[in-house]
Amino acid sequence: MKTKMALFGAAATLALMPFAAQAERGASGHLNIIYWQAPSILNPYLSGGTKDVEASSIVLESLARYNNEGILVPWLAESIPTVENGGVSADLMSITWTLREGLLWSDGTPVTSADVAFTAEYCMHPEGGCAQLRQFQDVEAVEIVDDRTVTVRFSVPKPVPYGPFVTQAAPIIQRAQFENCTGTRAPECTDANFNPIGTGPFRVVEFRPNDVIQFEANPNYRDPALPHFQTITFKGGGDAASAGRAVMETGEMDYAWNLQLAPDVIATMAQGGRGVPISAFGTLVERLEVNLTNPSPDLPPETRSTRAEPHPILSDIRVREALSLAIDRALLVEVGYGIAGQPSCNLVPAPAMFASTANDACLVQDMDRARALLDEAGWTVGADGIRVNAEGTRLVLDYMTSTNAVRQDFQALIQQWWREIGVEANLRNINASVFFGGDPGSPDTFQKFYADISMYANNFAGTDPEQYLGAYRCGFEPRPETQWQGENINRFCDPAYDALHLQLAQTSNLEERARIARELNDILMQNFVIIPLVHRGRVDAHSNTLGGVVMNTWDTGLWNIAEWHRIQ
Amino acid sequence: MFTYTLRRLLMAIPTLLFIALVIFLLLELSPGDPMADMPLTIPPEVRESMRAALGLGEAWYIRFAKWLYMFGVIEPSHVLANMTGLDWLRVEGQRIISFQTRSPVADIVAQRLPQTLWVVGLSYLFGILLAVPIGIYSAYRQYSWFDQAGTFVSMVGFSLPTFFTGPLLILIFSIWLGWFPIIYDTTLVVDSWENFLKQLQQMAMPVFVLTLFNAAQITRFMRASMLDNMTQDYVRTARAKGMTEKVVVLVHVVRNSLIPVVTVIALGIPQIFTGAIITESVFRVNGLGQLLITAIYASDFPMVLTLSVVFAILIVLFNLIADILYAVLDPRIRYD
Repeated sequence: MKTKMALFGAAATLALMPFAAQAERGASGHLNIIYWQAPSILNPYLSGGTKDVEASSIVLESLARYNNEGILVPWLAESIPTVENGGVSADLMSITWTLREGLLWSDGTPVTSADVAFTAEYCMHPEGGCAQLRQFQDVEAVEIVDDRTVTVRFSVPKPVPYGPFVTQAAPIIQRAQFENCTGTRAPECTDANFNPIGTGPFRVVEFRPNDVIQFEANPNYRDPALPHFQTITFKGGGDAASAGRAVMETGEMDYAWNLQLAPDVIATMAQGGRGVPISAFGTLVERLEVNLTNPSPDLPPETRSTRAEPHPILSDIRVREALSLAIDRALLVEVGYGIAGQPSCNLVPAPAMFASTANDACLVQDMDRARALLDEAGWTVGADGIRVNAEGTRLVLDYMTSTNAVRQDFQALIQQWWREIGVEANLRNINASVFFGGDPGSPDTFQKFYADISMYANNFAGTDPEQYLGAYRCGFEPRPETQWQGENINRFCDPAYDALHLQLAQTSNLEERARIARELNDILMQNFVIIPLVHRGRVDAHSNTLGGVVMNTWDTGLWNIAEWHRIQ
Repeated sequence: MFTYTLRRLLMAIPTLLFIALVIFLLLELSPGDPMADMPLTIPPEVRESMRAALGLGEAWYIRFAKWLYMFGVIEPSHVLANMTGLDWLRVEGQRIISFQTRSPVADIVAQRLPQTLWVVGLSYLFGILLAVPIGIYSAYRQYSWFDQAGTFVSMVGFSLPTFFTGPLLILIFSIWLGWFPIIYDTTLVVDSWENFLKQLQQMAMPVFVLTLFNAAQITRFMRASMLDNMTQDYVRTARAKGMTEKVVVLVHVVRNSLIPVVTVIALGIPQIFTGAIITESVFRVNGLGQLLITAIYASDFPMVLTLSVVFAILIVLFNLIADILYAVLDPRIRYD
């Protein structure tokens, strides 16, 4: 890992050399960025929204971040603490970070370990409603060792202690600015939330919520030659199509984020000739979630879609496998995502060492095998082509997803394939703000799962899937007692899986962790409780005159904005 | 007249309270959730504590009462203080905080209002200036080629939705011809002729789209009202007295025909403030309409509630103004 990091650093330096040699701060002038979702606030601790976290990353920085290859690199810290270099204690109960020397906030005051400790205090305040609390999970105390050193103590052994102050979700905020903003007073600090003082390459000049942000180069940035741009206009709002158009066709903007558009639309825009689409892959997987419990409306609300009532049809693994076999994933990618998608057979598609190859058979559609499996399971084709079992139950499934053009195309295609093997699917689509809203009073949330199959995408933050895989343990399923909160959407429960996950939580060796994670992934895949469809990437676009853009799905797309520059 | 106005104003208070309550309850019953935009990587227990921090844990009647107090007392005091510069006017207490931005709703509204007034207000003004003469001439020369053309254009303006005409104009003028930008730059400060030209360029398309729509509506009213009056006895009398056509039409007929049209125009003024949701979104004008729709998508209840009630107040107010104008213009109508 170290040699790789060194190599990457060398490559980056080489690539920038001819430019850096003659450049000075601000030489590239003005940069226009467009995010079709407009940032509402520049404090990532008060908003978990991707747009807000990304916009704030221009100003606020963390101790360490992931580079474009998914490798953790020191940012405000001097180095990455590990057990080998003594930064992480042998019992895995604490981690010690050292800040770089001479760091300054954009207002000219020094960055100290008190700021770091305060950041933890701010987010962990019980009444603050901090959106990034997961980063600080199991933190017992943050101790200031000296001006540049802090030690984070955990209440349990942490094989991967890189949660607090790591990644763009947990940046360091200035104590002097936020001191009076903890707990319930957090929303009162509008000025601080809109104009945070940071260490990043730029500082906020003006923030107009849900509209536009103006940045200028931070005069106290640690590298005197960076950033190359003097000012940024960060425009938000509208839709992905016109954002793409503004970069690739009219050339008004230099960089557009997350163009969720049909592949042919992006291709047409790229013919505009003023900019190019770029894509990169993280861990986002579009999948079908199978309900292992009975969502029948005839059941009382206390037991409907809970583990008390196993699903009458989908409890049979043969049916689940048949549903997966009938899908042509390559065609789905072609129709829905183009360069932004790859067929996927895994819940954990990346980083490479965590991705299993045991399930690749799913890449080939096999209708005959699917039909044979259904025959074997006792479902015979009825008069109208839909299968019926011995009790006379028809093989009809409710298939829901959120409202979104690509998802509705997928629904129609999958419905067609399933009909060919004798399965009828009733399609439903629900407004995203309701579907993902988690309102326990609504019958249409993905947590409540009042359907047999549901389709959406999910991913995990960072590069370690422990938390993500932990969602599928027994007891984590949404149910009435938990106000329908919970992440085990399928209501999957297997003691062997839980035991293996516990083993993962206690392993610190990276190779070993990857092996266990792959095994956990394989259990879920080979039980067909989750049917992965597409490994989704992100498509951004940048102008032909903008150089230095390196897409990074492990961090924000703006992670190296200091190095962006104008090419003539 | 004064007692009538006073009575109407007093009667408006319970109406508005009722409207506020209905909107509040509708939002309460709606299935959206302010946490829906958050990535799924945020665990449920964190979401729960975020909801609690937004104040969603309390009973609805407590939240409604709190909102009423903030809307009725605290926010007006801040708005007044900002307008007059007198800081002692401010009433201490929590302000109405938007869920999305965690900042006072009134500040954001104040930030958005100028764009809406410029774009939507200007198009309303242009719409009236175009529609009235076209309506008059169309009616005077009924079934002439001018009337037919006017009818055609207003039918086009009526029936083509702005979500069609907007992207069409963008395609022609921005992408093919490259005359106008497709993104409205709200940071532009008009301090030179060059920037003034830029401002004109970026306003051209949204203003045109909305002018077409507004003019289409008002032309039809104007024309119909003129036609009603042209056949009246007093017109024949005026002509019999030997008055010129100019005086007959422009003094007698137009004055009388304008009475219902003025009412329609006054009733339409709240629309300027509510903004044009679709047009603002298509052209990225960061006005009130766009603010409302994004707030609805994000389930930002305090923002939606406050904006809706402000719009309700404007509608009630301009209804009253329309009624009073009617009496002022038409001496036959008296309310007392």
